[in-house]
Amino acid sequence: MNALDFIIANSPIFAVAIPLLGAFLTPIFGRINDKLRNIFAITIMIITTSIVFILAYDVITNGIRTYIFGAQDLTLPVVRILFEVDAMSSFMAIISVVLALVALIYSWAFMKENTGLDKYYTLLLLMTAGMLGMELTGDMFNFFVFLEITSISSAALVAFWINKGKSVEAGFKYIVISTIGALFVLFSVALFYGQYNALNMAIIAHSIQFSFLDKIALVLLIGALAMKAGIVPLHMWLPDAYSKAPSSITLILVGVTQASLYGLLRVCFTIYGKMITLSSISIGWILVLFGIVTILLGVIMAIAQSDLKRLIAFAAVGEIGYMILGIGTGLVTMSPDISAAGLTALKGGIFHIMNDALDVGLMFLVAGAIFYATRETSLDRLGGLARNMKYTTVFFIIGLLAVSGLPPMNGFASKLLIYESTYQLNPILAIIAILSSILLLAIFVKVLHSAFLGPALPRFNEVKEVPKSMLFAMAIIAGMIIIFGIFPDIVVNNIVEPAANALVDNAGYISKIMSLAGGA
Amino acid sequence: MIFNFPFIAVAALIIVGLYAVVFRKNLIKMIIGITIIESGVNLFLITLGYREGSIAPIYTSSPGGIMSLPVPQALTLTSIVIGVAVLALMLSLVIHIYRHYNTLDVRKIGGGEE
Repeated sequence: MNALDFIIANSPIFAVAIPLLGAFLTPIFGRINDKLRNIFAITIMIITTSIVFILAYDVITNGIRTYIFGAQDLTLPVVRILFEVDAMSSFMAIISVVLALVALIYSWAFMKENTGLDKYYTLLLLMTAGMLGMELTGDMFNFFVFLEITSISSAALVAFWINKGKSVEAGFKYIVISTIGALFVLFSVALFYGQYNALNMAIIAHSIQFSFLDKIALVLLIGALAMKAGIVPLHMWLPDAYSKAPSSITLILVGVTQASLYGLLRVCFTIYGKMITLSSISIGWILVLFGIVTILLGVIMAIAQSDLKRLIAFAAVGEIGYMILGIGTGLVTMSPDISAAGLTALKGGIFHIMNDALDVGLMFLVAGAIFYATRETSLDRLGGLARNMKYTTVFFIIGLLAVSGLPPMNGFASKLLIYESTYQLNPILAIIAILSSILLLAIFVKVLHSAFLGPALPRFNEVKEVPKSMLFAMAIIAGMIIIFGIFPDIVVNNIVEPAANALVDNAGYISKIMSLAGGA
Repeated sequence: MIFNFPFIAVAALIIVGLYAVVFRKNLIKMIIGITIIESGVNLFLITLGYREGSIAPIYTSSPGGIMSLPVPQALTLTSIVIGVAVLALMLSLVIHIYRHYNTLDVRKIGGGEE
């Protein structure tokens, strides 16, 4: 029992430290044996996943958890780095570890023929550690550091197939965008520090005055994090990075963009949280507007693509728009007081974060499976694959239904929440959202037709079903999609609703640190 | 400090850097631009912690008087280390881009089939 208590007490730091340590131990195991290294990486990830689940359970039952580095107690002024984990952080952490675990299982067969896999697994674990750090930390500067760790490792992984000029180019684009974004974040951290003598998010939120400098910092933070989250008009790096990275990496990149989105939410709701409840509804409307533009542009661009992975990447841009739309609607409707309609919208947006990760992730894994089997991603040259790749076809159909928000898949559950609440705000928004979903359905039916159906092509006669580890990884996600679709209440009541409440409750987030520090 | 000179320098550095990233067509010059932005941000952090006439924040056998704030310096050190890693990664990617396309001009990179 003592050991369990020890794990629970230290779970925030274990969630970051274990993948970080595992990352640098991986090459040692890689020297001994390739299989041993893969098993080691997966073991590390399973341990991390269980720790994150323990942490999430503890947070949801017992409230916000903090972990202070290097000391037992806080003293004012707070200079200690600390992790502050609320239900929203743990929700995001669950998504990240699940994606990373599935990606690791998928990589076993998918990346087998590549060289340099020691570095691949090291970077993959580093990326996971960075994502978890971004989601669990309660310190602005620490957020910047983890943002950079994630950016560096993911840029290196986007460019992993270095023999292709385009992937190197995509990796370079990604690192340039990320670095400039991260420097903007650092600049706004400095603005906060200069004014409030604090780096801790809760302390900044407690003492924020909404001065002119704070507004500059807000613009910089939203700009930088929206850029990393791939919101139109700052999405130009995303289709390149998503389509040129190995599919297993794309799956985690979806998690990385969502970690940036989480950063955006943390800034809007926690640091500038008082501003929302005061009077200004402008941030909400701006998010709604960006959401609609992102949906429209993502979906319209997806129609025109002939490369499968690029098409899915634009669909992913559109899906990000749905989250932003849900969250923005939430902000608008709850601006004077927290209302039920606002919470529904927020729940829809947050639930859609998880569903998008699963749906788009499954699509990318299927695209990776097609590439693995045929060495081809262009839709013009694919066809008739359903004959030889039965299971992959089934997974693709599940993904198709989920992405376009049809029942009984999980995409329907969250999109319905978003439609309902946006309809109350303005029917036109809901109509645009529904029409875009229908367009997504049309696009993916076209993909289904051109890749899987149609006459058998002679050069794909020898194509075989992909190896078991890839099928298993896709089956995990497909299973989650169906379960969350049929029983959405399990997820909504147990993790989404606490996350939405935690996001809105910025007073609770602040007072937790203030009471620890012994201040007012 | 005279006319808040360091802050003017910060603004100038960041603007020059952004200009280089956005308008220069050579990848190496873009990277130089990013490094200049980074120097500007680092200078900003350091300036925040400086007080006129202050001494280094070392308590052992200190002569007394005001000390400059050590936290921004720690932040700057971290940021410099991260900057080196990013710079190395960017330059190595540029080397590979040059091998593939034989040019560093952004207008000529990325065309054609892979």
